[in-house]
Amino acid sequence: MSENVTLPQQGAKQQGEALLKVEGLQKHFPIYGGFPFKRQVGAVKAVDGVDLTMFAGESLGLVGESGCGKSTTGRLITRLLEPTGGKIEYAGQDITHAKRKQLAPIRSEIQMIFQDPYSSLNPRQTVGTIIKSPMEVNGINPPGGREKRVRELLETVGLNPEHYNRFPHEFSGGQRQRIGVARALALQPKLIIADEPVSALDVSIQAQVVNLLQKVQEEMGIAFLFIAHDLAVVRHFSQRVAVMYLGKVVEVADRDSLYNRPRHPYTHALLSAVPEATVDGPQRERIRLAGDVPSPINPPTGCRFRTRCWKAQEKCATDEPPLVQISGNAEGHLTACHFPEEPTIKGGKEVVLDPALASLESDSK
Amino acid sequence: MPEPYEKGPYEKGPYENPREAIAPTGAGGAMDLAMSEAETLDKRETEPTGEEGTPPGPGGRPRSLWTDAWHQLRRNPVFLVSSLLIAFLVLIAIWPQVLTDADPLRCDLAKSQEGSEPGHPFGYDTQGCDVYARTVHGARASITVGIAATLGAALLGSLLGGLAGFFGGWGDALLSRTADVFFGIPVVLGGLVFLSVVTSTTVWPVVGFIVLLGWPQIARIARGSVITAAQHDYVQAARSLGAGSGRLLLRHVAPNAVAPVIVVATIALGTYIALEATLSFLGVGLRPPTVSWGIDISNAAPQIRNAPHMLLWPAGALSLTVLAFIMLGDAVRDALDPKLR
Repeated sequence: MSENVTLPQQGAKQQGEALLKVEGLQKHFPIYGGFPFKRQVGAVKAVDGVDLTMFAGESLGLVGESGCGKSTTGRLITRLLEPTGGKIEYAGQDITHAKRKQLAPIRSEIQMIFQDPYSSLNPRQTVGTIIKSPMEVNGINPPGGREKRVRELLETVGLNPEHYNRFPHEFSGGQRQRIGVARALALQPKLIIADEPVSALDVSIQAQVVNLLQKVQEEMGIAFLFIAHDLAVVRHFSQRVAVMYLGKVVEVADRDSLYNRPRHPYTHALLSAVPEATVDGPQRERIRLAGDVPSPINPPTGCRFRTRCWKAQEKCATDEPPLVQISGNAEGHLTACHFPEEPTIKGGKEVVLDPALASLESDSK
Repeated sequence: MPEPYEKGPYEKGPYENPREAIAPTGAGGAMDLAMSEAETLDKRETEPTGEEGTPPGPGGRPRSLWTDAWHQLRRNPVFLVSSLLIAFLVLIAIWPQVLTDADPLRCDLAKSQEGSEPGHPFGYDTQGCDVYARTVHGARASITVGIAATLGAALLGSLLGGLAGFFGGWGDALLSRTADVFFGIPVVLGGLVFLSVVTSTTVWPVVGFIVLLGWPQIARIARGSVITAAQHDYVQAARSLGAGSGRLLLRHVAPNAVAPVIVVATIALGTYIALEATLSFLGVGLRPPTVSWGIDISNAAPQIRNAPHMLLWPAGALSLTVLAFIMLGDAVRDALDPKLR
């Protein structure tokens, strides 16, 4: 390849045109302070320039550590939050600042599954009322009546249709999350934002819910934006994966490329943190980062990861790396890095950035 | 010397290991116990059609927070005693004739400050009126003021506080500061100023004054609990479905925010009754010929050494009423607070 950088051709092999297109999405939460009159003294840049493209029927995983803006991104796309900047395009229609009335026809097509099954269901309403409410709000009367539809949905998500008149507190966490899934499916959406749908659940229940979501996704052809911090779950669920760090997407690729041939140092670090079950077998690289994620109030200049990156150089502090397809990447594999890593996770590469940990390990050797 | 421990005859049999109270295997063993426990739990989990979770069908009325609260209240002696007392007080407030035929306004000065006698168990006051009749008839004023003031303050306070908490912004700031201003008015001083210019002899000026000073307390509670309830994911979920503010407030926020308001209002009811008595004692609350415990206490106070019965009966009735309502509020709070269950 002669050129070092090619223009982003995100998911060119994907079918059809983009269902959802997010460009430079920003959400800054203002911080007020001062005396005697409060004024804005700063902003938490929770999401600061996210680019994503989703196609109909595909499932995109969004991973990153706590506080990197994954959930905020999800809530911006469902328009629960008002974006500060950027653009959200759904099926060719700009919905970035659409009002409630303008959003009404789209609401039924974008649904959300929440993280906490204990707070996402109204404790004062029966399961039937909860699942029925999307149809009531949007004035939809399915053939055979709403109650019949609710019973069908309950059956779809693996609950007894007889549970129609029960209250959420009579169910376990996994069952509650199934109710949440049924509510999201009630309007036959085209896109579901799943905001860490299994991270509040027991590990044994996680598998059931993930399999349910997968079944739903495949059978109904719904596109999923699957927000999670569990890399194994995302690997199981998503065809494409986007990695976020401090309000920005640093790497997007199809599942195999990202998990086997990651380029961004942060993706390497993230993947090397997944615990390994095998003792023998090829040695994987081990990277341990030092310090905390920098404050999103005052993020580092240039590349955001440079404060914790072992490859950081002068250029990283001045130039912000664009999210592009760098040389050696498969099509649709975008990385935002000036000095990408080798596309492998093999080999016993050891990077220990934490000085205390490094001295501890050298002593024991 | 005893035999070596391992060979002791009592060590044989199913209890090989004395530390295991339940034999590890066999009928009734630990495994069986675990299995049976697991089974019952499992049954409840997957199809809770047991004794508790009665019919799961469409007609079944499952347990909600309110039915749970009612179940707990019915077994709470504090609730039973206080609600019986309140029922009795409401009864005599509506029909004082049930307990006495005597007219509280018919007085005989010849019997001034006399003690009890047959037919007049509480004796007479300075004016020679029957203390028993006046105490019974005094319930009406207290209960009316208490209930009307609580209803008014609760409705006004929860409406304003709820809207302010839900919508926030400058309306919220304005309301919070207004509430602070009303909090700053000393109750007794405010009463002396406001009510001394009123000439009406009905209970309504007093009710109005208590509502005026009482709504900020309810509004604060309502605002706080609405803010808490509005942050739950189910409100966000409803919003993401496209539900409007009215639907969010009525269906999702209000039902989940009303419990603290009910509790505070029930407890406040008792204090409002005491406040009415205080204002009447000071001569600015209810006026004669209205019969009120506060007025009677006020009239009896200077004579406490000569005729303590004149003071003790209405004061006792007042304390009992306030206590009953505060106890009721306490019991309701315990029942509605899921953290205490």
